[in-house]
Amino acid sequence: MVSAHMTLPQTQQATKAVVKNVNFYYGTTHALKNLNLTIADKQVTALIGPSGCGKTTYLRCFNRMHDLYPGNRADGEIILYPDTINILDPQIDPLEVRMRIGMVFQKPNPFPKSIYENVAYGLRIRGQAARSFLDEKVERALQEAALWDEAKDRLHASASALSGGQQQRLCIARALATDPELMLFDEPSSALDPIATGRIEELVMELKKKVTILIVTHNMQQAARVSDYTAFMYLGEVIEFGATDKIFTNPSNRLTEDYVTGRFG
Amino acid sequence: MSNLRGNKVRNAVFAIVGLIAMLVSSLTLLALIAALAMDGSSRFSSHFFFSFPSRFPEEAGILSAWVGTSLVMLVTACTAIPLGIAAAVYLEEYGSKNWLTDLIEINIANLAGVPSIVYGLMALGLFVYQFRWGSSILTAGLTLALLILPMVIITTREAIRTVPPSIREAAFALGASKWQTVHDHVLPYSLGGILTGLIIALSRAIGESAPLMTIGALSFVAFLPHPPLQQEFPFLSFQWLMDPFAALPIQTFNWISRPQEEFHLNAAAAGLVLLGMTLAMNALAITVRARFRKRLQW
Repeated sequence: MVSAHMTLPQTQQATKAVVKNVNFYYGTTHALKNLNLTIADKQVTALIGPSGCGKTTYLRCFNRMHDLYPGNRADGEIILYPDTINILDPQIDPLEVRMRIGMVFQKPNPFPKSIYENVAYGLRIRGQAARSFLDEKVERALQEAALWDEAKDRLHASASALSGGQQQRLCIARALATDPELMLFDEPSSALDPIATGRIEELVMELKKKVTILIVTHNMQQAARVSDYTAFMYLGEVIEFGATDKIFTNPSNRLTEDYVTGRFG
Repeated sequence: MSNLRGNKVRNAVFAIVGLIAMLVSSLTLLALIAALAMDGSSRFSSHFFFSFPSRFPEEAGILSAWVGTSLVMLVTACTAIPLGIAAAVYLEEYGSKNWLTDLIEINIANLAGVPSIVYGLMALGLFVYQFRWGSSILTAGLTLALLILPMVIITTREAIRTVPPSIREAAFALGASKWQTVHDHVLPYSLGGILTGLIIALSRAIGESAPLMTIGALSFVAFLPHPPLQQEFPFLSFQWLMDPFAALPIQTFNWISRPQEEFHLNAAAAGLVLLGMTLAMNALAITVRARFRKRLQW
């Protein structure tokens, strides 16, 4: 891959993170091959590609989730701006990385606690206990996740009483409550119906005013609707990266064109 | 069509076989309880509960036996519960998966199947002779704790495994440490299952007599251990740990092995008390589990 393809097409954008020569191995399987990418600040960057191409593996490198399981190994650099720490550096504590980078998973995974406690949990593990502070943060996070109106009268009811789409918005609120700099979305609407999906997409577009977003999706229309930049991945490599408009209307790589026009994948 | 008929017949046959199997086991238990109750209930009185053993059957009571059993179970619970849960949490959440942990895992499963008398022999050599703790409440409590420790570890691990990995990932992704994840999520969400395992293990320990006899528990104790509370500073006393004790299963065995018929009635009554204690513990487990399940909604 030509590394020039992996830089931002429009240079006026501020940068939130730069990926340099990242390789990832599950045991002996070489899952990600020499990846490079620039993630623009307060923009939505989408990772698309067929199943098994490594999108989720790539995403989970950003908050060191791979550290949780034995036999995983990553090399290369993911530089997080503005302080230019290398997320993948073994010297960097993964807990510190995860304090700064939020994540929303494929299937809604609220804790079996109340709505309030779900959103407050990230603050509690950061040592916040003052009731008024938590109340305020929880309300703001729920508002940002467009769940406040539905949840305000039952903050202390169990999160499992919410619908799937509401649960996913709760998970977004939970991640937002701690003011992350970067939010990772791993196919956040793949388990949801079209209406709930639409709400999540609106939310993603709204949230980019405040936070940088990296979203994995296998739904190409979703990538086209919500993202500013798109990286197309295939077999562990980034085939093409550029402004979303260009990737979907005028891709320079044949493989990308075949994928976005639905000829394979 | 004939195939469908055959399936129906086989289905009916299995249903009948299953019903018979169920009746055999439950009716046996019912008959046992009924026999004990018929023999023993005539002996139930406050005198029976609050008297020491005696050579006159109608004078004899189980005071030292139930106090002894309760104190031994206290030591067992205080030892086996924290050790077992900590070991299970370590094996499930912290320990890396390699040949050593595999070996430990196999050995724990094997230990759970070791006959209780073998634990008694081990305790006789270690606690009684080596540490010179004598046939004390401490020795008995620790022996029974070792006996049920593998069970506690295994059931706790099973309970911990029911917490879905996605919940752990959610906590880790928020920046929680391993301990925060275990303490705030894994343990509370698996507490119902852990408690069930604990009570089953303690119910097994309460009825054990072989290891207690091996370590030399007395069968005629006409005194109580030192009280755990005292008048002078520091008010708490642990003298009782080193006292000799009686236990309900041993008292029962002692009475049943006497020739006089009247003592057999005492044995039946003591057996009923033991059964009652076990059932009470099980009832407690079911109540607590139901409460936790209700609070927890996936």
